[in-house]
Amino acid sequence: MAEEFDFHPMWESLGMNLADHDMLLGAVGQMYGDMFLTQNNRPKSTSYLDFVATNIHSGRIKEMLDKKEAGEATKIVGSFCVYVPEEIVLACDGIPVGLCSGADWATDKVEEHLPRNTCPLIKSFAGFKLGEVCPYIESSDLVVGENTCDGKKKAYEFFATQKNMYVMDIPNVHDKSTLVTWKAEVKKLAAKIEEECGVTITPERLKAAIHAVNEKRRALQRLAATRAADPVPISGLDSLLTVQAAFMDDTPRLTGAINDMAAECEQRVEAGEGVAPKGTKRILYTGTPMAVPNWKLFNLIEKAGGVVVGEESCTGSRYYKDLVDESGETVDEMLDAIAERYFKINCAVFTPNDQRMKDIVQMAKDLHADGIVDVALQFCTLYEMESFAVEKAAEEAGIPFMHITTDYAGEDAGQLQTRIEAFLETI
Amino acid sequence: MIGIGIDIGSTAAKTAVVDGEGSVAWTCVQPTGFSSVDASERLREALAAAGYDVTGDDVRVVATGYGRVAVPYAHKVVTEITCHGTGAVRLFGDHGTVIDVGGQDTKVIQLKSGRVAKFAMNDKCAAGTGRFLEIMADRLGISQQQMADLARSGEPTKISSMCTVFAESEVISLIGRGEPRENIARGVIESVVSRVATMAGQAAGAPYYLTGGLCENAFVVERLGELLGSPVTTSPQARFAGAIGAAIRAQALN
Repeated sequence: MAEEFDFHPMWESLGMNLADHDMLLGAVGQMYGDMFLTQNNRPKSTSYLDFVATNIHSGRIKEMLDKKEAGEATKIVGSFCVYVPEEIVLACDGIPVGLCSGADWATDKVEEHLPRNTCPLIKSFAGFKLGEVCPYIESSDLVVGENTCDGKKKAYEFFATQKNMYVMDIPNVHDKSTLVTWKAEVKKLAAKIEEECGVTITPERLKAAIHAVNEKRRALQRLAATRAADPVPISGLDSLLTVQAAFMDDTPRLTGAINDMAAECEQRVEAGEGVAPKGTKRILYTGTPMAVPNWKLFNLIEKAGGVVVGEESCTGSRYYKDLVDESGETVDEMLDAIAERYFKINCAVFTPNDQRMKDIVQMAKDLHADGIVDVALQFCTLYEMESFAVEKAAEEAGIPFMHITTDYAGEDAGQLQTRIEAFLETI
Repeated sequence: MIGIGIDIGSTAAKTAVVDGEGSVAWTCVQPTGFSSVDASERLREALAAAGYDVTGDDVRVVATGYGRVAVPYAHKVVTEITCHGTGAVRLFGDHGTVIDVGGQDTKVIQLKSGRVAKFAMNDKCAAGTGRFLEIMADRLGISQQQMADLARSGEPTKISSMCTVFAESEVISLIGRGEPRENIARGVIESVVSRVATMAGQAAGAPYYLTGGLCENAFVVERLGELLGSPVTTSPQARFAGAIGAAIRAQALN
C-alpha cells in the first residue's frame, strides 16, 4: 500500500466527489497530525495506528475491493452500531465495516431531509452519503441499520432511499421474552446476509468467525487491562483509535497489531514507563460513541494534562468486554450464543439500564480513575437523560463527575477547555 | 512574597495584588478590548505605575480567565473556576455557593471546607450571562445600570426565548408593540436572573455569594436572592474575586 499510488480512479469508480473528498482527507490528516503525532512517549507499536489512519480511505478500501474482485470476499456490509453481529458477516466471507459518522459534512444538504436538531452522528452519516465522501458507505453492498434510538430509526428511513438497507429491530428492555425476539432477529439477519452473499452458513464457518472476533476482543481486553497501571502506558487518544480501527480494519491483522501493542504496554508497565507522568489525573470517559475522526474531547482532556484510562462507550469497553460462548456445535446454537453476547451491551436505549451504572463504577475502580467525564452528543436524548443516573452512581461511589454536552464543531473548544482544566484542578 | 493575579475576562481585565501580610493591597480593572495580549500588557503597565514589577524576585504572577494563556509574564495559569473559588473563600467564607456571572459564561461553584467541591458552567450559548444583559440594554438604547433602575419600576414582561439571538428579536417585537421600556427591562432582568437561579439552585444551597461583573447591579442581586429564597451576599471587591484568587495562588508559589 504505497502512498504514491493514485487512489483517485478508485474513488471515482465508487461515485465519490473527488474534490470534496480530497478536502476532507486534507482536514482529517491535519487533525491527525496535530492531535496524535504531537503526543509524547507513545508506544512504538502505535505506528500501526498511523498506518490505519494513513490507509483508512485509500489502501484499506482498495484491499477490500481487490478481495471481492479476486473472489476471496463476497460482499461489503456496513453498519453503524455494535449491536450488528460481525460474526455473521464474516461467516459468509463478507467484510463488516463501521461507516463514517464522526464529522460534520454537507449539513445544508442533510437538513433538507432531517431536522436541524438531530444528533451530529446521524447528521454526519447522512452528510457523508449526500456529500459522496465516504468510501465505506459507497463500497458497501448492504447497510445494516438497527432500531436503537428514535433519531437513527427514523433517519434509516431516509438512508434507505440512498442505499440498499436492512434494519434489525433491537429491544428496549432486557428480559427473557425480549431475548427470545432478539434471537429471532439475529437469525433473520443471518438469513438476509446468507442471501446477500450467496453463502450458506455452516457450523465450521460460523465457529471460525466467532473465534476470530473473540480473539479480536481478547486482544482489546488485554490492551485495556494495561491501562490500570500508573503511569498509564498508552494514551486515551490512541486507545480510542484502536477501537475505531477495529470497525474498519481487517480482523486478523488488527488482532495481531493490538496484541503487539498490548505486549509492549505490558512491558512498559513492568518498566514503570508511561505516556504521561505517574500521578497524572486519570479520567474514565462514559457516554456516547466517538466515531472517526471525532477525537476532540480526548484531545482536550489529554492536552489539559489529564489522561483517559478507559472508555465506557460503544467505541470502547462495550465493544470488547463480552465474548461469544464458543461451545455451540450447530449453527442454531452458535447464533443463540451470538445473540446472548450482544444482548449484554448496555446501550442507553434500554430501560431500566442499571447494569450500565454498575459497569461504570466497576470500571472506574478497576482502572483507578480519579474522575468521570460523561459526554452526550447534542440532541442525544438517551445519553442526556441517562447522565443523571450516571452522576448519581458516581456520587454514591465517591467519584468526581462532570457531564458535557457537545457536538462535532470546534467553536465550544475554549469553554470546554476551561471546564476540563477546572475539573482536573478540582479532583 | 507578593502575589499578583491577572484575570483576563471576555469583557473586563482585572488585576489584584496580595501583599506579604496576605491582604489585598491593590486592584485595577480595564476593558479587555480586542486583544487579550494587549490587555495583559496594559495591566502590566498599570501595575508598574502602582509600583509593582511583575518581574521582581519576590513577585509571582498567576493568570486566569478566558485570556489566561495570553499573559506572557505569568508564572502559572489556573482556570477561573479554581481562582473564583479561592477568591470567594477569602471574601466570604469556606462554605456555600458562588455564583459568577461573567461576560460570556456563568459559573456556579460549590465551596466545601474552603475548596471547590463541584462546579457547573453554561454550555456554549450566551443565555444567562452578562452578554445577554449587554445586548438587551443596547437594544433598549440605555446603559446596563439604567436598565436595572428602570426594571425596578416595571411589570415583568415574559421573555420566553432562552437563546440570546431569539430573545433579542422577541424584545424588538415587544418594542414594536409599544410595551413600556421599564416592563421590557424588567423582563430582561427576570430572564437572566431566573436562568442563573435555576443553575445555582442545583448546587449546595445557601449561603449564596455573587462574584463577577454583575455584583454591582443591586437589583439583580436583590431579585436573585428572592428567587433563591435566601439572601445573596456580595462585596465591592467581588468583581475581583478571580484576580484575588489568582493572587493568593501566586503568593503560594515558590
